[in-house]
Amino acid sequence: MALMLVKFDMKKRVKLAQTIWFLYWFAVMAGVLVFSMGLFFKIELRKRSELMDNNESHLLPNVLILMGLIACGVNAFGGKVCYDSLDPSKFIKWKPMLKPFLMFCVGFNGLLFVTALLCFVMRIPLQFTLAEGLKSGMKFYKDTDTPGRCYMKRTLDLMQMEFRCCGNNHYRDWFEIQWVSNRYLDFSAKEVKDRIGSNVDGQYLMDGVPFSCCNPSSPRPCIQGQMTNNTAHYSYDHYTEELNVWKRGCREAMVSYYGGLMNTIGALVLLVTMLEIAVTIGLQYINSSLSSLVNPEDPESESEGWILEKTVGETFTDIMTNMKAMSKGGKVEEEAEAGVATVS
Amino acid sequence: MPFMPVKFNLQKRVKLAQGLWMIYWLSVVVGILIFSLGLFFKVELRKRSEMMDNNESHLVPNLLILVGLLAGGVSAFGGKVCHDSLDPVKFAKWKPMLKPYLLLCCGFNVLMLLTALLCFLMQFSVYLTLAEGLKNSIRFYKDTDTPGRCFMKRTLDLTQIQFRCCGNNNFRDWFEVQWISNRYLDMGNELVKDRVLSNVEGKYLMDSVPFSCCNPGSPRPCIQHHLTNNSAHYDYDHRIEELNIWSRGCREALFAYFSSMMNSIGVLILFTIMLECLDMAGLKYLATALESMEDPENPECESEGFLLEKGVKETFADLFVKMKMLRGGNEVEGGEAAEAT
Repeated sequence: MALMLVKFDMKKRVKLAQTIWFLYWFAVMAGVLVFSMGLFFKIELRKRSELMDNNESHLLPNVLILMGLIACGVNAFGGKVCYDSLDPSKFIKWKPMLKPFLMFCVGFNGLLFVTALLCFVMRIPLQFTLAEGLKSGMKFYKDTDTPGRCYMKRTLDLMQMEFRCCGNNHYRDWFEIQWVSNRYLDFSAKEVKDRIGSNVDGQYLMDGVPFSCCNPSSPRPCIQGQMTNNTAHYSYDHYTEELNVWKRGCREAMVSYYGGLMNTIGALVLLVTMLEIAVTIGLQYINSSLSSLVNPEDPESESEGWILEKTVGETFTDIMTNMKAMSKGGKVEEEAEAGVATVS
Repeated sequence: MPFMPVKFNLQKRVKLAQGLWMIYWLSVVVGILIFSLGLFFKVELRKRSEMMDNNESHLVPNLLILVGLLAGGVSAFGGKVCHDSLDPVKFAKWKPMLKPYLLLCCGFNVLMLLTALLCFLMQFSVYLTLAEGLKNSIRFYKDTDTPGRCFMKRTLDLTQIQFRCCGNNNFRDWFEVQWISNRYLDMGNELVKDRVLSNVEGKYLMDSVPFSCCNPGSPRPCIQHHLTNNSAHYDYDHRIEELNIWSRGCREALFAYFSSMMNSIGVLILFTIMLECLDMAGLKYLATALESMEDPENPECESEGFLLEKGVKETFADLFVKMKMLRGGNEVEGGEAAEAT
């Protein structure tokens, strides 16, 4: 008793083949889409890898790129088979390859589903990597003369301007580190000596933030320095001032950006998985309907198509029996060899 | 003696029709591209219209949108005619429309030539509008409480950050305007009063620039204030300092952006004109080849296609004669009407 049996005549078979061919071309484009999304995500991670301590995991974009390429190849092959399925002479040469191809497709669909799940799950390690990386990024902001870190200032400034954020959790993070290089500090000035002497690590700390924290929408020119000192600026109260610098922390901004990106990619990969399942089922119908022709010589005869030749339970039992037979056959061969070896 | 005749058999005619159909579809895609570029250009002008005094000319983007739509329509029609040309029954209904259609294509090509010319020439007008507009923008930077100008500060800051520029010609333009609103100046302070009294117009001028002029690529934290005072900052010489703030002026930066956009669009339109000419030539060959079939019942017979029925000079002479006759006819009619009165 086959699973989901459908009767086919010539017209229905032709329509099925045409529809599945069309869907296969759609699926090729979907594969290209998955590939390009993986590439885009990889580039985005690379652009900001300085802020993630250079040890972010590229597993997800690499998997997406690989899946995209395989999807393109598999779907192009499937489309070709569909195109040839209406011509019995051409279809003969594809017939023996169809069963392994369909099993491969089923496995590939499973992998696609796992990739989609991975997209949603990999947010968590990314959050930790970002937290660590941003903290070090801010510490190295002043090291514009140290090889390997000289672009940290520029990267951090551009990121704060682009994502409209300031500091790791909020702008006060800048108060706790020295972000002005010693090269630009006059150590003979009393003020500088006082500040350096005022803390254990000997760092020049100020209640100021870099210019990239400034909010352009503020009605007054940006107040960057002496931010907690109300008397230093006219008509300024740092408790109520809201538009002066960005309030959001950069970790939150980046996590929401990358999280949104990964959610979108995950949703799209799920859609592509459903499309792939649909075309696999369609190809199985084409295959079964063409192999069950009532009269093999007459192309206009009726036939039946199905997803599985027997029911689900029976198919599983068959697979189990096959596997047992294979492992037993292996054992018998080993015993025979051992017997022969001991005899000789 | 026809101009550039070519002999066609059935196979050649079919190939010509198929090739021409593909070129027509390419023209439709190019038409859509021109339409979207016109739309993009219009949106960009709107985005920065505050910095052009709100009186920038939208002639070029509107023309581009029109030309893009017309190109798409004309090419789609041509493609349909090509598709039907291989079936004599269907082609018979398109036959009478072909001559006016080809004349329309000629006129359309002239319109596109005009548009391309405008793309290259209107850059001057954009330059002048930018110069005026930016000067006013810098003046209105501080008016964040005046309705109609309250977003000028934000627009100018974002522009300077995005285009990596400072001021109109260079950063010194900021020294000549008061860019801090009086609301944030303590008029009771001696320093403020000195500055305000030091110039005729009573403006609070400083040798400072807004934060959006800062260059993130500078190795040291941005120096915005007391830019010309070397002793105000440790190890600073304003004459040799290069990376601190952007050295380019915003007029130059914005103009470079718009002019490169207009140049590329102009080049694309020139390419479209050549494509359309190719389309027209192909369609003329196809139409004449189908008309001049020796035996209309037999589709496999040979035929001849040409671009012009007579030579170039003779065609022009014919045109002149026709135009004279039209005018002459009008004069005669005018004379008769005068006689009748």
